[in-house]
Amino acid sequence: MIEIKELSKTFSSHNGDFEALKNINITINDGEIFGIIGMSGAGKSTLVRCINMLERPTGGSVLIDGVDIGALSAGELRKMRRNVTMIFQGFNLLMQRNVLGNVCFPLELSGVPKKEAEKRALELLETVGLKDKAKSYPAQLSGGQQQRVAIARALATSPKVLLCDEATSALDPKTTRSILSLIKDINKKLGITVIIITHAMSVIEEICDKVAIIDNGEIAETGAVSDVFSSPKSRAARNLVYPEERDYLERSSGQRLLRLVFGGEYSADVPLIAKLAMDKGIAANIIMASTKTIGGNAYGNMLLSFKSDSDFVSAKEYFGSIEKLAAEEVQ
Amino acid sequence: MDRLFSQEVIEETLKIVQREIPLAVWETFYVTLLSTLFAVIIGLPLGVLLVVGEKDGIRPLPKALMSFLNVLINILRSVPFLILMILVFPLTRLIVGTTVGTAASIVPLVIAAFPFVARLVESSLREIDPNIIEAAQSMGASEFEIVTKVMIPESVPSLISNFTIAVTTVLSYTAMSGIIGGGGLGKIAINYGYYRYKYRVMLIAVILLILLVQVFQTVGSKLVVKLDKRLKK
Ligand SMILES: Nc1ncnc2c1ncn2[C@@H]1O[C@H](COP(=O)(O)OP(=O)(O)OP(=O)(O)O)[C@@H](O)[C@H]1O
Ligand SMILES: [Mg+2]
Repeated sequence: MIEIKELSKTFSSHNGDFEALKNINITINDGEIFGIIGMSGAGKSTLVRCINMLERPTGGSVLIDGVDIGALSAGELRKMRRNVTMIFQGFNLLMQRNVLGNVCFPLELSGVPKKEAEKRALELLETVGLKDKAKSYPAQLSGGQQQRVAIARALATSPKVLLCDEATSALDPKTTRSILSLIKDINKKLGITVIIITHAMSVIEEICDKVAIIDNGEIAETGAVSDVFSSPKSRAARNLVYPEERDYLERSSGQRLLRLVFGGEYSADVPLIAKLAMDKGIAANIIMASTKTIGGNAYGNMLLSFKSDSDFVSAKEYFGSIEKLAAEEVQ
Repeated sequence: MDRLFSQEVIEETLKIVQREIPLAVWETFYVTLLSTLFAVIIGLPLGVLLVVGEKDGIRPLPKALMSFLNVLINILRSVPFLILMILVFPLTRLIVGTTVGTAASIVPLVIAAFPFVARLVESSLREIDPNIIEAAQSMGASEFEIVTKVMIPESVPSLISNFTIAVTTVLSYTAMSGIIGGGGLGKIAINYGYYRYKYRVMLIAVILLILLVQVFQTVGSKLVVKLDKRLKK
C-alpha cells in the first residue's frame, strides 16, 4: 500500500518560491491501477517523482507498506527503487546498449550474475513480445517497441509498484492502446500496483480503477473512475470530463444550461427528451450529447438549453426525480 | 632557381629524408599518442568531475573546489604552448630528469592537453539526455554506476570524436616541441627549413604532418561511425 500524506513540494529559485504540490493525500491499494490526471503544469510529474524520491518532498511523507521512504538512507533508497520502478514519456533507454543490455541493466545494478540476468531479460522480452529484437539497438525500434523494452526493463527487478509518467503520450492511439493493455495484463498477472500519470482522459477510462484529479498542485477530487467520471464534483474534474462545455457556456451567454448524466441501462432504452416533452410539455434543445464507456459501462451526457427560465427549472426538477439520472446546472 | 632543382640538391634531400624521416615519423606518432593517452587519463576524470560536481549535477561538490578546477583549467588553456613548454621546465626536470629531448617534450604536451581534454569530456558528457540519467537513478544506480555505466558508455561516440580532435591538436603541438629538442617531424622541419634553409626537407616534413593528421582523423571518424549505436544501420 502506498500512502501519500500531507505531501508538499516547494521549488525555491531566484525569483521566489513556487508551490508545485500542496497538501496531497492519496492512498493507493496493492494491485490497483491508479490514475493521476491533470493539466500541464499541474504537478503530476513532481508528484510521481516524489513517490520514488527522485524529487525530495518539502513536507509530508510517502509510506510504502508502512515504511517512510523519505527517511531511508541512500543505500536503502537504491534498494527501494528496485521495488518501485518507472517508465517515462521519452522511454529513456540506453542508446548505446542493445535491447537485451537495456533489460539487463537494472539486474546488473543489483548484482545478478550475467548469465542469469540474460535469461530473465529474455523471458521479459518474451512477455512484452520483443524476443526477436533482443540484439537490436533502441534507435532501430519504433516508439511503441521502445516503450515495451522500457516496460521489460522496469519489470526486471520484480517490482511491486510501476510508475508510468506519461508513458503513452509520445505514441499514436493504436500503439497507446496496445501499451495500455500490456500494462493491464502485467497488473493482472503479476499483481503489480500501477500508478499512471496522464493528461489524457482516454488513458484513465481505458485502464484505471481509481483516479485522482490534480489541479494547480492540489488534489481536486479522487475516487473510483466510474464515480468521478459520471458525476464530477470539482471544477477541475468537470473541465476534464466535459471539456466541450466551456465552449458552449461561452457561446450561450446568459442562458442556463442543464447537464444530464446517465449511466448504464438508461442510455439505451428511455427516450428522455421525448418523455420530457410528453409529460411536461417542455421542448429541450440538445446542444451536445456524447457517450463513453468506462469499465465496460456506457455513460452518456447531454447538454440542454430551454426557451425560458421556468422551463429550465421544471426540467431540472423532472429529470432530478428519475433514478440513475443526474441533472445539474452547468456552472 | 637552378640550384633548387639541380641533381645534387635532389640527391641530398633524398639522403636526408631516408636517414631522418622514418624515425621522425615514428617519434611524432608515438609522442602524440602517448601524450594524448596521459592527457585523457588526467582529463577524463577531471571532465567527469566538472559535470557531476556542479550545482545540479548528480554529486554536487563544494563550490570552492569547482571554481578552483575551472580557473586552473582556464589558466592552463590560456598560456600559449611555446611559453608553457618553458614554464613547466622545473616539472619536466623533476619527472624526466632533463628538459630537452623527446621524452622531456611529453611533459609539457600532457600539461597543455589535459585541460583541453577535460573541457572536451565535459562537453561530451553534457550532451547526454538528463532523462536517461534520471531513469538510471530511478533504477537504483549509485553515482559511481551512473558515471561508469551510463554517462561514459552513452557518450563513447562523442568522446572518441573529441579525443580525435585532441590527438590532432597534440600532433600540432609536437611539431612546436621541436624547438626544445623534442624529436619528430617538427624538429626536422625546424632544423632543416629554419636553420639550414633546406626547404625541400621542410616541405616533406610538413606534408607528412598533414598526412598524419589525415590518418588520425580518418581512423577517429570511422571509429565513431562504427561505435555509435544511435545510427540506424
Ligand atoms: N525543478 C523545478 N524548479 C522549479 N519549478 C519546477 C521544477 N520542476 C517543476 N517545476 C514547476 O512545478 C510545476 C509542476 O511541474 P510538473 O512537471 O510536475 O507538471 P506536470 O503536471 O507533470 O506537467 P506536464 O503535463 O506538462 O508534464 C510546473 O509549474 C513547473 O514549472
Ligand atoms: Mg510531467
